Amino acid sequence: MNTNRSFHLSRRQVVRGLLATTAFGVTSKFGTGCSSSTGSQSSSGSTDKPIVMGFIYVGAKDDYGYNQSHAEGKAGVSKLTWVKSVEQANVPETTDVQEAMRNMIEQDGATVIFPTSFGYFDPHVLKLAQEYPEVQFVHCGGLYQEGKHPKNVGSYFGFIDEAEYLAGIVAAKASQSGKLGFIAAKPIPQVLRNINSFTLGARSVNPKVSTQVIFTGDWSLPVKEAEAANSMADQGVDVITCHVDSPKVIVETAEKRGIFTTGYHANQAVLAPKGYLTGAEWDWTNVYSKYAEMIRAGKTLMNGGIPHLVRGGFKEGFLKLSAYGTEVNDEAKKLADAAKAKFIDGSMVVYKGGLQDNTGKIVIPAGKDLKQQDSELEKMNWLVAGVVGKVGS
Amino acid sequence: MMFNSSRWRTTLEAISLPIAALLFSLVLFGIFCALAGANPFAVYASIYKAAFGNWRSFQNTLIRAAPLMLTALCTALPARLGLIIIGNEGALVVGGIGAVAAGLALQGAPPTLVQIGMALAGLICGGLWIGAVGALRHYRGVNETISSLLLNYIAIALLNHLVSGPMKDPTSLNKPSTYPIPDVDMLGKIPGTRVHYGLIYGLIACVIAYFLIQRTTFGFAARTAGGNIRAARIAGLPVGKLTMAICFLAGSCAGLAGMVEVAAVQGRANESLNANYGYSGILVAFIARHNPLAATLVAVLVGGILASGGILQRVHNLPDATVLVFQGLVFLVVMYSESLYGRLPIFKERSQVSGSPATATV
Amino acid sequence: MATEALGWLGVPLAIAAGTMRGGTPFLFVSLGECLTEKSGKINLGLEGTLLMGAMTAYAVSYLTGSPWLGVIAAGLSGMVLGFIHAWLTQQPRVNDVAVGIAMIIFGSGLAFFLGKPFIQPKAPPLPTLDLGGWSTLPALQSALKISPLFLLGAALAPLMMWFFKSTRWGLFIRAVGDSPDAARAMGVSIKKVRMLCIIGGSFLAGIGGASLSLYYPGIWSERISSGQGLMAVALVIFAHWQPMQCLYASLLFGGAQSLGPALQSVGITQGYYLFNAAPYVLTLLIMIITCSPKRTVSGAPGALGASN
Repeated sequence: MNTNRSFHLSRRQVVRGLLATTAFGVTSKFGTGCSSSTGSQSSSGSTDKPIVMGFIYVGAKDDYGYNQSHAEGKAGVSKLTWVKSVEQANVPETTDVQEAMRNMIEQDGATVIFPTSFGYFDPHVLKLAQEYPEVQFVHCGGLYQEGKHPKNVGSYFGFIDEAEYLAGIVAAKASQSGKLGFIAAKPIPQVLRNINSFTLGARSVNPKVSTQVIFTGDWSLPVKEAEAANSMADQGVDVITCHVDSPKVIVETAEKRGIFTTGYHANQAVLAPKGYLTGAEWDWTNVYSKYAEMIRAGKTLMNGGIPHLVRGGFKEGFLKLSAYGTEVNDEAKKLADAAKAKFIDGSMVVYKGGLQDNTGKIVIPAGKDLKQQDSELEKMNWLVAGVVGKVGS
Repeated sequence: MMFNSSRWRTTLEAISLPIAALLFSLVLFGIFCALAGANPFAVYASIYKAAFGNWRSFQNTLIRAAPLMLTALCTALPARLGLIIIGNEGALVVGGIGAVAAGLALQGAPPTLVQIGMALAGLICGGLWIGAVGALRHYRGVNETISSLLLNYIAIALLNHLVSGPMKDPTSLNKPSTYPIPDVDMLGKIPGTRVHYGLIYGLIACVIAYFLIQRTTFGFAARTAGGNIRAARIAGLPVGKLTMAICFLAGSCAGLAGMVEVAAVQGRANESLNANYGYSGILVAFIARHNPLAATLVAVLVGGILASGGILQRVHNLPDATVLVFQGLVFLVVMYSESLYGRLPIFKERSQVSGSPATATV
Repeated sequence: MATEALGWLGVPLAIAAGTMRGGTPFLFVSLGECLTEKSGKINLGLEGTLLMGAMTAYAVSYLTGSPWLGVIAAGLSGMVLGFIHAWLTQQPRVNDVAVGIAMIIFGSGLAFFLGKPFIQPKAPPLPTLDLGGWSTLPALQSALKISPLFLLGAALAPLMMWFFKSTRWGLFIRAVGDSPDAARAMGVSIKKVRMLCIIGGSFLAGIGGASLSLYYPGIWSERISSGQGLMAVALVIFAHWQPMQCLYASLLFGGAQSLGPALQSVGITQGYYLFNAAPYVLTLLIMIITCSPKRTVSGAPGALGASN
């Protein structure tokens, strides 16, 4: 055998790799020369230059859940003639999203970016915001802190727990066993808030209901979610809701077991024609259109025209409640509508002073009611009395 | 004359086969895109633009290539010994956890010291993780491919458990993470670029690995054992020690990749550490025929493919899965081309000497 | 509908139900991998085949309205991927593990790409046999809703065992897997046998995917697989390449998946991530205990792991 085979092999490898890479590049370059380059500049000879908005999702666009709700929002806002949007899905929370944002800015000319997943903010959005001070980064999650974060960063989020409160009312009225179920991904404040609001809403019409909570551990685990739904049904739960990225499995499994569901993120009514009571949905089209209007009027985050922290509930049009299902009786509808009206006129207080968690501790000092915008609620790490389950792992 | 022409032929073969493989896979991908409704030539242009078109894009490619160089070594090194290990993901995760723990423990010390500490922790944790695979193989005969695969899952479960429990930073409410490493201790960028030092680590590691395997007695022993274990044992080579040593080194490279991910990108350990750099690294190793120097170039190529994913989505409206199909096609075609060495007639020796004047003898 | 809580009884019931529901994909994929490995080849790409099968079954069921047609289509799509794998690994100097991993990437990419329009719609699922009609407990009724696919798979296991032990073709396959030289002496074409085994194995894996999307959890989504394809390779070793033991091991793994949520629903909430790792730790422990360097793992086909 050839004794200097190993050396020969390595040189071949090096040469091979180099030439491969170059050849690839050369071939594609010829392509660039011949065909028209993919136009990222829109040929708008019209009155205003369209605003280019970039949307980034952490999962698939059609997951019947969180990412889809944002994609629907993006589709909605793109209907405005002076908005041009680009989107990228399934972008993990690593350098990938930094590069995605950078590409949108450099290649597509985006001037405002909407990174929609929670984990994009720190460090990715912050890094890019420092690099591109002229571009606005509007993150979904409510994490902006005045003075700490760059001026061209903004946050928005909706108090979807308001809709969960209403769903809780409807659920309590529909439940015969008094046992509700909540399948959640992880015990983070936004999820806990939904669980608590759901339970408080339910208890406001029936003080004896309890909510069983199961944490699956991650945002999208279809098998575990199905197992959780099944074991809850085994335990006598007859209304299930959830906070996972894609409620599809849970809604369909519940329908198979013949129990009720309330939905989340988007409208899953078509998946459970008999059992779908109502659902808590986002209305991102509304939110994005508002942002688009503000930008068109020349307002930006940097010049203070756009507030850095934009949050809202029913009143501001951030959410909607799914249409009531066939099994929802009139009494439940009346109660829920009444509560919704209170949310809209601002008189509803979900987190009243003296609230006890499910270990008996008082988590909100007596006499101090917390309004929806209160930042205390953003740090929630307890489960209200009536919830069966624990926060810690 | 014959000798020259045969070397000439093999070199030409070595160059043209991979290029042909790449071109062919591009053609296949172009057909795929055409069937999906996109203009193949526009797609090619976009890929080039996003991967190599200008300095900014190329940096994107390099950033993605950096972790691949290190994780590829986790498969390439043991492969020389005849072991197939696919535990890169697990070693990376464990190395990241170790690095974060070290970084937090050493807080306050001079930054260089902290970084060295983190790197050492990453190396040791990753090394022990894959070293265990080697030990299991040597002492209990457990198949290393399977055990390293299982350890991947176990490492990820461990990460999730630690990050949401014992090591959790209470203020990281919405995305459970460990405490962040102070900014001063983070790994910086190569001056003038936005690529972090992880790239340099990767390049250096690959060069060291190459010299280790090709130029040292240790490497020679490893290759011999990889060729024929029984002969190696008869020759008195300490196969067990070699196995564990190589596995430790392999794991430490992936562990270093974990440290880089924590110290240069994330700043803390959380679920994003599990980003599939491991599996891509396995393929880089195989395509580079387990040669560390070639792995650097293949890593750049794969980095380029990955970098083009975004533009395919935004400009051509192709779904995100397209880049997976692209990756798969390239790997499959290049792997097929491996089998063509020495088989294509144009590269074969001709039995008669072709009548070229230069070879005419007196 | 009045339901009673089962309390602690719910846990073993959930596990029992979970073993059949969750075990079905494991069963098919591991039987498929068993077939492949008996002939001496390892197919790591079954994860991609699984996803492709799940997607195809869901899509065909949705488009034609017949879930069984979907199952067959899933098997066929598995065969196509299996053919690619088989053909590639027949070539000299091509490494099985590398091709397997490349097929995972390619197979899952293709499945996700083609499956995008099918994530939202609802496809008709496979019918279930309601064996629990005698019970008044809805929980028990639901647990005893068995899928014919599961029964098929459970019947396949002893069938395979008989096939390997007592038929000519079974003998050929074992010969090719244990001792290729002996097979050659018998006049058996090693290439053909291996190719057929890989394709057959992928057919079964495709059906395993169909059970995910048409039986349990009964949806198509990109996150539907919990790694069953890769785990099947470990499972086959765990089961010492015996089809009946594949059956038992699949049930074990399926049950382990339902352990976490079942325990949480009765109030045990500590360390659910560690519960997720339970099946893998178990497999590793069993491998450590039963393997020994002195002899190869009992039952391992002799040619497994050798390059062709």
